[in-house]
Amino acid sequence: MCLAIPVRVAELRDDDTAIVDLDGIRKEISLALVDDVRVGDYVILHVGYALARLDADEAERTLALFAAAAREAA
Amino acid sequence: MSGVRAGYVRPLDIRHGRVDLSHGAGGRAMAQLVEQLFAAAFANEWLAQRNDQALLPRPEGRIVMSTDCHVVSPLFFPGGDIGCLSVHGTINDVAMSGARPLWLAAGFILEEGFPLADLQRIVDSMARAARDAGVPIVTGDTKVVEAGKGDGVFITTTGVGVVPPGLEISGDRARPGDRIVVSGTIGDHGMAVMSERESLAFGTDLVSDTAALHGLVAAMVEAVPTLRALRDPTRGGLATTLNEIASQSGAGMTIDEAAIPVERQVEAACEFLGLDPLYVANEGKLVAIVPAADVDRLLEVMRAHPLGRRAALIGEVTEDAHHFVQMRTRFGGKRIVDWLAGDQLPRIC
Amino acid sequence: MKYIDEFRDGDLALGIAAAIAAEADPARTYHLMEFCGGHTHAISRYGVTDLLPPAVRMVHGPGCPVCVLPIGRIDLAIRLALDKQAIVATYGDCLRVPASDNLSLLKAKARGGDVRMVYSPADALKIAAAHSEREVVFLAIGFETTTPPTALVIREAARTGATNFSVLCNHVLTPAAITNILESPEVRRLGTLALDGFIGPAHVSTVIGSRPYEFFAEEYAKPVVIAGFEPLDVMQAILMLVRQINDGRAEVENEFTRAVTRDGNLKAQALVSDVFELRRSFEWRGLGMVPYSALRIREAYGVFDAERRFGLETRSVADNKACECGAILRGVKHPRDCKVFGTVCTPENPIGSCMVSSEGACAAYYSYGRFREIPVVPAGAAA
Repeated sequence: MCLAIPVRVAELRDDDTAIVDLDGIRKEISLALVDDVRVGDYVILHVGYALARLDADEAERTLALFAAAAREAA
Repeated sequence: MSGVRAGYVRPLDIRHGRVDLSHGAGGRAMAQLVEQLFAAAFANEWLAQRNDQALLPRPEGRIVMSTDCHVVSPLFFPGGDIGCLSVHGTINDVAMSGARPLWLAAGFILEEGFPLADLQRIVDSMARAARDAGVPIVTGDTKVVEAGKGDGVFITTTGVGVVPPGLEISGDRARPGDRIVVSGTIGDHGMAVMSERESLAFGTDLVSDTAALHGLVAAMVEAVPTLRALRDPTRGGLATTLNEIASQSGAGMTIDEAAIPVERQVEAACEFLGLDPLYVANEGKLVAIVPAADVDRLLEVMRAHPLGRRAALIGEVTEDAHHFVQMRTRFGGKRIVDWLAGDQLPRIC
Repeated sequence: MKYIDEFRDGDLALGIAAAIAAEADPARTYHLMEFCGGHTHAISRYGVTDLLPPAVRMVHGPGCPVCVLPIGRIDLAIRLALDKQAIVATYGDCLRVPASDNLSLLKAKARGGDVRMVYSPADALKIAAAHSEREVVFLAIGFETTTPPTALVIREAARTGATNFSVLCNHVLTPAAITNILESPEVRRLGTLALDGFIGPAHVSTVIGSRPYEFFAEEYAKPVVIAGFEPLDVMQAILMLVRQINDGRAEVENEFTRAVTRDGNLKAQALVSDVFELRRSFEWRGLGMVPYSALRIREAYGVFDAERRFGLETRSVADNKACECGAILRGVKHPRDCKVFGTVCTPENPIGSCMVSSEGACAAYYSYGRFREIPVVPAGAAA
């Protein structure tokens, strides 16, 4: 029910805000709900706020799980 | 000797002046606006005659006429403005019958207080669009409404054209087995305009695709006179246009999501706002329905034209009493692409 | 788009579909509820149902904050716009929800109400700053995902002294809704709603973590798999649920590990606790009064509570008698079981909330999937 998308942090600004990028679309958002965000990190964005940092390793692990399920079934 | 110069009329103050009620009152102020702003920009033999109408030669062939009202907001957006949009829009509506557009008429409703500088920009843009398209604006009208009763400017354009013999292009002619072609990427205009909307604004390189398509259409109908239908997917997007044609023709359609060209930034912008590119407006694209035997030739001709470089075969017309437009998703499942219910609104859920 | 496109890959989808088909026992049915409206939308939009074996049946749950927002609460917002000349800032989702007297926020706008769509609650506060002479009310809706941003904005309003700003708070809680379903007569007593497992919400869980669901798994012996938002996430979660059910396990598993941890976002949770407190009970459209299921603004921030500021009293408004949204939200009925579905009640003319929101079960089914039930008859063929 909550439209949220993973976006890349392109630039950090003062005041807990950042410019994020999704394939060339840029928007200024708030980082007030997450700590220790760095340029290049991906965050989950919802209504103008980052809710969490995306764990890149876990993302890869999940994709590998998908592929494994497919392989097992074959 | 009096210091009054004979025949002196103070020139319009384009830089700082604003539209006021006298500009629509039919008197000298209005005549000056028409002459120094509109006629000067559109500059052609008909307007030079300064009549209320244009006397035109009878064209050979079946006559096509179309009219379009333009209320776009904001008036100026990345890649265009209400001026060129109004020229392209009506040229395209005429061209979608296969016709060659010949002449345009333009009506302006101006809001009291509208800056003349902005009006000049819009009119210059219209003049440029008309010149580039080779379709003159031969007559027009202007009225002024009180402040608060308009949105800056509303423009209505009407176009007249002729259809070459042997063409029967109409939305009710799609038949099962026909192929569906789109001339390029979808959603560009709508997302470019949305990128400037307060609160929703986002940074992007996207520009509107507003363009006059009659040149592309002329090439298409010459090479493939068997074309069944043409339509430009403006408000409501590709999905609405396909549903309209399906409904008019009493048929169904199946399309392939992976085959529909969409710019990456359009996809990304739609993700941000929870929108579906299929329902986003286009102003420089067309949909063509063509018999299967002729689709390859059609694509070849379209891709050779600057406005059809990314033309793509996206699906086919089917037998379906319910007139559903069905889509095979990139994911592998199927869904219907339904009519739009009201405006597509950005969502958080 | 990174972390989006890879999770929509059609080839991987076929692979997981094959795995589900191989492991699902054809002799039984797996009734899986996807709680979250976003999952309902994803399943419909990508045609995930086409890739599932008949043994797996998806049941749509009430996780759609627009769908469960009572008519009476929208009426309050409309009245503020029309009677109090307040600027009402709202997410796009709420604009077309039909309320009393044939009105909606969009129709109120047509009648002169100053209703403005915003992308973020921060924009509502900006409107208040730009119009200090007007009252500005933000219509806050949403589950736990959307609540922390509202909390932040209320704190910011306090910090900047935005005395013309207030929030009409309708934030609701996921665990309470799940409990409500599991405690419903159809599940508990009558056994008419079979539920074998839950797909847990994606983004709610980034905030609240996976821990709150452990209670359900244990108390009700139902497995829960938290799934990401993309169709591959949903399919993987379905596979994981099928495996749990086959094994007789009832655990909380997390498929959305790239964004969800057991603890969740503690900073966000602390902010929410600071600004909001639990309501004893709150009306949910379709579910009736649900205890401890919603939030209201604390006394300390009471000046920003629109209910206090304007002395608002909510009237409970009954749904149209023919509307089956309640049963549909609880998963007891399917949209096609509703007599007015697709006839009187359509996305153009929604009678109930399930049809208004694009992720409501009825809207999703109507817009994306209703062709499945209708046999395709070639034009001209004998009936």
